[in-house]
Amino acid sequence: MAVTTTYLGVPLYRPKVAFFDFTSCEGCQLQVVNNEANLLDFLSLVEVVNFREAMTEKSNDYEIAFVEGSVTREDEVRRLQEIRKNAKILVAFGSCACFGGVNQLKNRFNDLDWVKKEVYGDCPVDTKEAMPLEKYVKVDLHIYGCPVKKEEVEKIVLNVALGKAVNLPKYPVCMECKANGNICLFDIGEPCLGPITRAGCNSWCTNNRFGCWGCRGPAEDANVAQWQKIMRQHNFSRERMLDRLECFGGFDHLIER
Amino acid sequence: MIFKTIKRDELANLYAKLAQHLIVGPVRKGLDKNNKAMYDFDRVDKFADLCLDYDTTKHSAKKYFLPFTETLCTFKIFKDSWHKKVDYNINEPIVMFGLHPCDINAFNKLDKVLLEGVYPTPYYAAKRKNIFIIGVDCQPQPWCFCRSMDTDTVLHGFDLFLTDLGDRYFIEINTATAYEILQQLDIQDPAPQDHQLFLQKTNEKADKFIASVDTTDLTKILDMEFQSPVWQEWGDRCLSCGTCANVCPTCYCYGVEEEVDLDLKNARKNKHSYSCNLIDFAEVAGGHNFRPESHTRLKYRYYHKHRGFVEAFEESLCVGCGRCGQACLADINVPEVIASVRQEKI
Ligand code: SF4
Ligand code: SF4
Ligand code: SF4
Ligand code: SF4
Repeated sequence: MAVTTTYLGVPLYRPKVAFFDFTSCEGCQLQVVNNEANLLDFLSLVEVVNFREAMTEKSNDYEIAFVEGSVTREDEVRRLQEIRKNAKILVAFGSCACFGGVNQLKNRFNDLDWVKKEVYGDCPVDTKEAMPLEKYVKVDLHIYGCPVKKEEVEKIVLNVALGKAVNLPKYPVCMECKANGNICLFDIGEPCLGPITRAGCNSWCTNNRFGCWGCRGPAEDANVAQWQKIMRQHNFSRERMLDRLECFGGFDHLIER
Repeated sequence: MIFKTIKRDELANLYAKLAQHLIVGPVRKGLDKNNKAMYDFDRVDKFADLCLDYDTTKHSAKKYFLPFTETLCTFKIFKDSWHKKVDYNINEPIVMFGLHPCDINAFNKLDKVLLEGVYPTPYYAAKRKNIFIIGVDCQPQPWCFCRSMDTDTVLHGFDLFLTDLGDRYFIEINTATAYEILQQLDIQDPAPQDHQLFLQKTNEKADKFIASVDTTDLTKILDMEFQSPVWQEWGDRCLSCGTCANVCPTCYCYGVEEEVDLDLKNARKNKHSYSCNLIDFAEVAGGHNFRPESHTRLKYRYYHKHRGFVEAFEESLCVGCGRCGQACLADINVPEVIASVRQEKI
């Protein structure tokens, strides 16, 4: 492929990237290819050397690894460590990779053997608790969301290619929700995790009048205790409160029990 | 100022005269959890949708003057040159039908910074000059404290202002455009009893306020109480969510970001609203954050509104609309915060 150049003919840093998936729905990777209009532009910014969902060739020569999914099996731990060795930058791609995601809900059952039996019946699979990548390896960059937002992924990759800083929003979803002119769901009696969840989704759910479930994890300095108090003041049960906080796994260390 | 009256029924004809333009006004937005009607400013498609007797709107009207996100300019990048295109983003004039005095006063305050400052903001000016404003009187709600802020009446900054006198409206006419439009309608000169009725209405309204803020010596008191422990307590509650600034008619802080398109052929400079309560509001290049703690940021919002702006312009940057307190999930509201600072306790 021809060398891509930017303004005044400066050649573009075209990193070799690879995509990997662990325990997940692969929806985050789908977000990347689900993009006919500018997929070619996107692909000219990077050199994809490994992407099971989109191509058959494979190579272990890559600088940036986008890793989707949580880690739930012993062989996955070894594979992840191998990727870490190869990659200069390891990106936790999507909420499963960042926090364990929906998969980590199973960790909340006291009896994991019972869970296994319910799911796999008489064909047991060797699984353990679902964990975020960071439990086993160092993660350099997080891209949050269930699924990730393709515009955000494109922007991050573009900024890496151009050598610009990658800045994710640090403030909560309410900021975007209000800018989008939404009436607050608490006003109509619906719970919402927006006040403590990291923005960047452009308040996807609340725009559609569906309370936030915190798929992007906590905003920086999220005031979880105050949110719990607000839920109580609005007469939401403890169960509904914990349901929200536990759904994607991002708030575990912040919950006041 | 010229005064006239217009029969209640004739108002529909005023609407019809203006309807060739985009009309924005208070419209119903469903019921809240207590079955109370909610309103917001939005485009009005027919006169019957316009709710001139609304109590308040969830958001202020500022998005029509200061959009939450706005592209300031775009760039086309060629091999070794580039073109810049600046657009102030006004597509058509807007008629704002039904602003309360607080919201009109809010624009007058914004004018001081964005129009009359050393560097006027053309993006704001272009919109402000292309909006026709019809004010309407209101009934004080439990959260309104505009009277404390001297913004319960408005003297300028609108084209015409309507006060409900029962079967007719009292009209204050402030611009030639408004006068010319009204000339095409069936309007009357006010009779002496109309003047009386108007004053009576104004006095009745003044008696109805429940919330208030004591602004006596407030700038000095804020200086003295900079280290007051009450700030810490409010800060502990604050979610740093920016909702207060977003619903506020006078908050105007923003950030600017440059974005390049994926094809590397186009770029743009985008502005988006920001809030001093957000965690990285005072974060600078290199990563140092001058206000990492929530209470220092919350305090900053109050100091800008009730101290800094007063020192610069002899008036507060708060119009007492009460929206921030109504919208804040943590129940942080101006009357209680100011009272707690004055009394040194919450
Ligand atoms: S609906 Fe949710 S995100 Fe939107 S303002 Fe309310 S709490 Fe915040
Ligand atoms: S609103 Fe909440 S749950 Fe929905 S996409 Fe955004 S962060 Fe995820
Ligand atoms: S004062 Fe209330 S609305 Fe404002 S940032 Fe804090 S919690 Fe949000
Ligand atoms: S600070 Fe609050 S009460 Fe004052 S103008 Fe803004 S939203 Fe209204």
